[in-house]
Amino acid sequence: MTTQAPPRVDLLLQLADDELVLGWRDSEWTGIAPFLEEDVAFSSIAQTEIGHARAFYELAAAELDTTADELAFDRRPEEYRCAPFVELNLVHDWARSVARRWLYETADALRIAALKASDWPELAGLAAKIEREEAYHALHAGMWHERLTRSPEKGRYADALDKLWPYALGLVEGDQRRLLCEAVGRAEVAAVERGTHVDEWPSLWDEMTMVRRTVPGGTW
Amino acid sequence: MAVWEVFRQEREGAPFQHGGSLDAPDRAFAEAYAKEFYGRRAESVALWVVPRASVLEVDEPYVAPVFDRDYRRVDGYSIKVKLKEAREAVAARSGAVGAGLAPPAEDPAA
Repeated sequence: MTTQAPPRVDLLLQLADDELVLGWRDSEWTGIAPFLEEDVAFSSIAQTEIGHARAFYELAAAELDTTADELAFDRRPEEYRCAPFVELNLVHDWARSVARRWLYETADALRIAALKASDWPELAGLAAKIEREEAYHALHAGMWHERLTRSPEKGRYADALDKLWPYALGLVEGDQRRLLCEAVGRAEVAAVERGTHVDEWPSLWDEMTMVRRTVPGGTW
Repeated sequence: MAVWEVFRQEREGAPFQHGGSLDAPDRAFAEAYAKEFYGRRAESVALWVVPRASVLEVDEPYVAPVFDRDYRRVDGYSIKVKLKEAREAVAARSGAVGAGLAPPAEDPAA
């Protein structure tokens, strides 16, 4: 498969890969989240993100004459267009996991708002649909952000936000960076850009694609 | 962490029914979890979320019966016996099999 997709398809792959990989990472909390209710809510959000990924992949697949599954699982690790931000393995660090959710949702809201104005009707329509589901994600991320910001361990949460901020900036480009800075009240720093991958990425890719690679072309 | 009781309404005009309970540290969390557990499949049109501590639990909800007041209860009357007697009376009067299904030939109360 080609690594050089047309710009509008490349944008779709960025969105899809971000949602798939973040959904995957967040699902690593299933069964071990801080308490049962949060376990259900966090897992459900992870699942929704993967659902959004599928919708973006399907749109891209139609352009590239392939399928969503092939795009999601049959590319080489270096072909994925996700931001390093979503690849980070944060399980067992709840403060950072919440910080990532909050930063991601804030950035994603800017991205989705821009996509709604896309001159590609299918993409604009999809963005409007996704935005309705993202409202719950934003509510969830916002309440945790508030709670950890006021908690006795707020230093730990502040530290998590500081550490993740350069990565979060890499989610968006151009004018959206300035808007993201305003939305979270932080100054622009050197971003960890898309196109590079973190050290934990190859093992995550290995796990994600393992079943497909075991039975190439298999269907379930 | 506190326990919250969730009541859900399936459709407009229907009574709210107890859906279950959940653990949440505050109102915002209780609201979010209630939405997640009872609202995300469009199975409720409205939710009431109540801290369990705000529910007035009534101990010993019955008014203790001191005297025998069985006559206040419907199960004090055996409708089965009454029906049996009525059927027998009708059958004895008409003498015909199945006549009990037809209106009585003459109304004894008339």
